[in-house]
Amino acid sequence: MNVFGFKISPSSAIDMDKVDRARFEELCRVEPDAVRCMACGSCSATCPASAFSGMSIRKVLLMLQRGKEKDAFRMMRNCMLCGKCTMVCPRGINTRHLILSICRIYDDKEGKQ
Amino acid sequence: MREIYLSGYNNFVLPFMLGMLFVLTWCIVGAVRIILQLPHQDRKAFFLSLVNPKIMARNIRDWFCDCLFHVKLWKRNKMLGYMHSSIAFGWFMIIVIGHIEVFLYTPERVHQIWYPIFFRYFVAVTDSTMKGSFFFFLMDFFLLMILSGIILAIIKRVRSRMFGMRRTTRASITDLIGLYSLWSIFPLRLLAEGFTADISGGSFLTKSLNWVLHSFLSDQMNMLPTWWAYSIALGVFMCILPFSRYMHIPAEILLIPLRNAGIHVSHARKGFAKLQVYSCPGCGVCIDACPMGTVKSNIKDTTVYLNRQIKRYNEKRIEEISDKCLLCGKCTAVCPVGVEGDKMRIAQRSIRKYNISPDYSNIDINQGNLSKNIFVSTSNNVVSKNKNERVIYFAGCMTALTPSISKSMTQILEKCGIDYSFMDKDGGICCGRPMWMAGRFDQAKQMIEKNTEIITKSGADILLLSCPICYKIFKERYRLEGIEILHHTEYIERLVKEGILTLEKSGSSYVFHDPCELGRGCGIYDQPRKVISGLGNLVEASQNGKESICCGGSLGSLTLGFDKRKTMTENALHNLTIADPDVIVTACPLCRSTFNRYSDRPVKDIAEIVEEQYRKRVNI
Repeated sequence: MNVFGFKISPSSAIDMDKVDRARFEELCRVEPDAVRCMACGSCSATCPASAFSGMSIRKVLLMLQRGKEKDAFRMMRNCMLCGKCTMVCPRGINTRHLILSICRIYDDKEGKQ
Repeated sequence: MREIYLSGYNNFVLPFMLGMLFVLTWCIVGAVRIILQLPHQDRKAFFLSLVNPKIMARNIRDWFCDCLFHVKLWKRNKMLGYMHSSIAFGWFMIIVIGHIEVFLYTPERVHQIWYPIFFRYFVAVTDSTMKGSFFFFLMDFFLLMILSGIILAIIKRVRSRMFGMRRTTRASITDLIGLYSLWSIFPLRLLAEGFTADISGGSFLTKSLNWVLHSFLSDQMNMLPTWWAYSIALGVFMCILPFSRYMHIPAEILLIPLRNAGIHVSHARKGFAKLQVYSCPGCGVCIDACPMGTVKSNIKDTTVYLNRQIKRYNEKRIEEISDKCLLCGKCTAVCPVGVEGDKMRIAQRSIRKYNISPDYSNIDINQGNLSKNIFVSTSNNVVSKNKNERVIYFAGCMTALTPSISKSMTQILEKCGIDYSFMDKDGGICCGRPMWMAGRFDQAKQMIEKNTEIITKSGADILLLSCPICYKIFKERYRLEGIEILHHTEYIERLVKEGILTLEKSGSSYVFHDPCELGRGCGIYDQPRKVISGLGNLVEASQNGKESICCGGSLGSLTLGFDKRKTMTENALHNLTIADPDVIVTACPLCRSTFNRYSDRPVKDIAEIVEEQYRKRVNI
């Protein structure tokens, strides 16, 4: 693929044709709320785990949608399930259950001990 | 007494004997399996408890009070208590007296186990019974007691409100077979003994029935069919018992000593958990107690149905039920048997498989502000200066969303001149309780380790918490040697008692909402009430203390969405505002923000009202 510009940093372009969306679609089936997120960032602002792994359920959803699963898992590894994101979500998304569903549907092969 | 039949046997005892052997085998095999499934140290604790006279005395008291007299149901509702205890105690006494009769009058028949049950068929009355004035009278008296209980049970099927129950359990098919056979046992016994009362003797009930029966049924041949029917009813009941809710009768006998030995649920399905499932009598007291009951579709998600689905191995429903629960623990608090609905659900969650497991080993507690605890004291308060105790204040995640609580609390600490450090002022690590409630124990333990390290390193004497959710796990799972763990309600009450903090009565009226984790979870009911009564007029909600209603915001529920909780919160608010208080006071940041959303009057944390009142006084 031709990428416009200089090649100082690696390209962040994503080829959506190569992204396997099967798992994300499964997630959406189990958690219809996954697509209701309007990316306001309230969850990112309150998350206590963001200080350690940059966790933000908003970003996780975006990354999973774009097939950047590894980055999403790295963030999720520090989620403490404290529920602050659920409390502040203006869309009323049950983020805790969403996170648990992600943990069940996706498979983090590298993160396993 | 004189025996009529040389063999002491008739074919009609067969159905009873069959049922008896079946149920005995089932129970013995089950009990052995459950004891074998217990973890090694639990099994050891159980056997040791059996030789401990103190625990044994408690076992005997509980067997009588819970299994026979149903004391907890008496406390709930007199009619309900009488109904259950009349059947249980009456039946027990009939069995006991039946055995005494055999032992006294026909001691050579003791080894025939059907003999005490069908005693009156096999014997003829002689002078030795004092005309039936003692044992026969007692037998008839207890039979009458059981019959009255059964009449009440029949009434309860249609008018449960008379027994203080709005909703009752929907009986399954095996429950119904058990129920009808149980109901028929005693009228059939009365009939059978009525037919034979002129030969075997009887008392006020059986003798009178005998006269009535003989006035129009002179044929002695009616006798045998009624004894057959009685025996068949017993046999059917005992054969269906292991598959119906009546399994609680034998299961509870084992549950009591295991509980008194201090054994807890350690596996979702095996050992103690299995025993709890079988001990559930399906009475349905938990249905009315459940805060989710405000939405009718949630009724099938109460503890009694969880136990039923676990018995049926219906994994899909088990997951639904255990994930939906708010874990408020009210079903556990009201359960007459002691089934721990909340712990059972956490155990069900814990056996779930996840492919991604959080891991906190990358968190370095020495980095950033995580463990920079510097104790500061700002006031010149002489009393507290002498105390020389250092308080580490952990507000918790939920308090971070209601900063007015932590602000008030730090203000109080400053005004009292306490040496304190605000541990998670700039964010910290979660206490682990939400993770624990989701059943992911290993992850929760990692967080516990991190926090323990930070707290022990700080050199504090007291760990002060504002959130009951944190408080519960700190009390239960943290090992903080030499550090006292206090919730801020306790700490404020202590400051008042020691004279460091003074309260002044105002004209406002307050109602206190007992947060689930603080009240039922940790048993703190009096301290907040003492503080509030020092501030103003304390009124009570219609259901409070152990039976307080969950605000609906609980982190315990994994699946309940935001919109589905509204009716629960409104119901809890209605319960709180019965006495029309000016302010709703609570001691949990989560309850506070949940109530605040729908309340028509101010909702405050106990720290806020104490601080507010203090500030007003200083300004004047």
